[in-house]
Amino acid sequence: MEVFIQTLINGLLLGGIYAAVGIGLSMIFGIVRLVNLAHGDLMILSSYLILVITGSFGLNPYLSLAAVIPVMFIIGFIIQKYILNRVLGMGMEPPLIVAFGLSIILQNTLLLVFSPDAQSLETPLSIKSIPITETLSIPAIYFVGFLVGVAVILALQLFFQFTYLGRAIRAASDDDEAAQLMGINTGTTYAVAMGIAMITAAIAGALIGTTFTFFPHTGPTYLIISFGVVIIGGAGSMIGTLVGGFILGLAQLVGSHFFGSGYQLLFGYLILFIVLVIRPQGIFGRKERAA
Amino acid sequence: MTALLQVQNVNIHYGDLQAIWDTSLDIPEDRIVSIIGANGAGKTTLLKAIAGALTPSSGKIIYRGREINGLKPHQILALGLSLVPEGRRIFPRLTVLENLLIGAYASKARRKRKQTLSSVYDLFPILAERANQLGTNLSGGEQQMLAIARSLMSDPEIILFDEVSLGLAPVVIKTIYQRLKEINRSGVTMVLVEQDIQRSLKTADYTFVMQKGQIVLQGMPGKLTEKEVKKAYFGI
Repeated sequence: MEVFIQTLINGLLLGGIYAAVGIGLSMIFGIVRLVNLAHGDLMILSSYLILVITGSFGLNPYLSLAAVIPVMFIIGFIIQKYILNRVLGMGMEPPLIVAFGLSIILQNTLLLVFSPDAQSLETPLSIKSIPITETLSIPAIYFVGFLVGVAVILALQLFFQFTYLGRAIRAASDDDEAAQLMGINTGTTYAVAMGIAMITAAIAGALIGTTFTFFPHTGPTYLIISFGVVIIGGAGSMIGTLVGGFILGLAQLVGSHFFGSGYQLLFGYLILFIVLVIRPQGIFGRKERAA
Repeated sequence: MTALLQVQNVNIHYGDLQAIWDTSLDIPEDRIVSIIGANGAGKTTLLKAIAGALTPSSGKIIYRGREINGLKPHQILALGLSLVPEGRRIFPRLTVLENLLIGAYASKARRKRKQTLSSVYDLFPILAERANQLGTNLSGGEQQMLAIARSLMSDPEIILFDEVSLGLAPVVIKTIYQRLKEINRSGVTMVLVEQDIQRSLKTADYTFVMQKGQIVLQGMPGKLTEKEVKKAYFGI
């Protein structure tokens, strides 16, 4: 029984990390209606940037993250404004192909620069755990990840609800032309949205790097996790992303608890499949109006 | 009488299709000007081009002596020219208040948004009552009021209205037209694109009739005979 409770705790904590991993994809999918296939690679790029700064200056990975956040914001802004905005409104495929190309370029650049070796970001927290009872404990690094994931989503929710820019992003997402007529430069607005999504990617990159190992081709693994979170929770919904993360994390670890760790991924996909059959727009997603 | 807005020899194409042919018109300051014409006459196209949502293939659009064709919609709005689009285009996932605040997005309008908001609520009290509901939960007439109010939030000098009465009950249309006259008296120039010929002629100081992408008749409504207008409108 205690082992099972430990599994539930770990699943929930993992879910918080997954929410941080998925939120950037969810935001851009919900707002710009763009499937950013490079999202996973951009997270891994952040992990490598943190690795470089940590290595060069001997900083703690979390401190290095503070330097990587503005860099990723600028990268996101530029990618959207000068590359992806050019193909918006041309249908579904062109942005998809551009993002896919970006993904390939990123993976191979990382491979060239950093070699295929597995890396990880080390912190003193990595080996610590917080005891609850004699047999139950919380792994500290997962706990930090959980808190950060929840905080990121809360912060975004407040941003979209209460700031002028947040409202403008939602308006542009609702009706691009009307938003322009109301004085919103929607191209720049989307670029800022992507910049913010890349801030979440930087944070997720730090969580991935400190919790797991990564190498240049790890991006797609986390892209698929992001998709899982978004499909379960519903695209564009903040609370949905959090719940989607929890469900995916729990499903994976509970599955692995009963059937062995080989079945971890399978159980994640099983839940995904069930949600797709019962509620294709996701638990918190809005049904798209029929065109 | 100086013209606030001038359209000079404008041609507009959608791909290979020409929608507006060599059209010129002057909009005098502080007046209500109406543009009437059958479906597909090019009225909406012309308004969109003035607001910057479409770019003319040739010709000039001059606002307060400055050429504005080629500017983006948000730049034109910042100069004081606002369009209330056809179909109202309320942001469905934003509340009434959020829709209004988006209207005051440009920095100049944003600074005085509290003041503008209270005068807009005076004009349309129903919007204050419904402030926290989603815009799409309002009735058609209330949505049109919201669309007008949202445009007023940008503190405009001139507003272009595209089919402001389309699909609304006569009693609602009457209220809205009363408000439009009040707004006009406060110093806002207006361009009304309408299919309702009678109301349009009754309200406007000057009228243009469009047919197949061209202005075919213009004048003060009192001076135009019904026969002339019908001929211009239907092309028979």
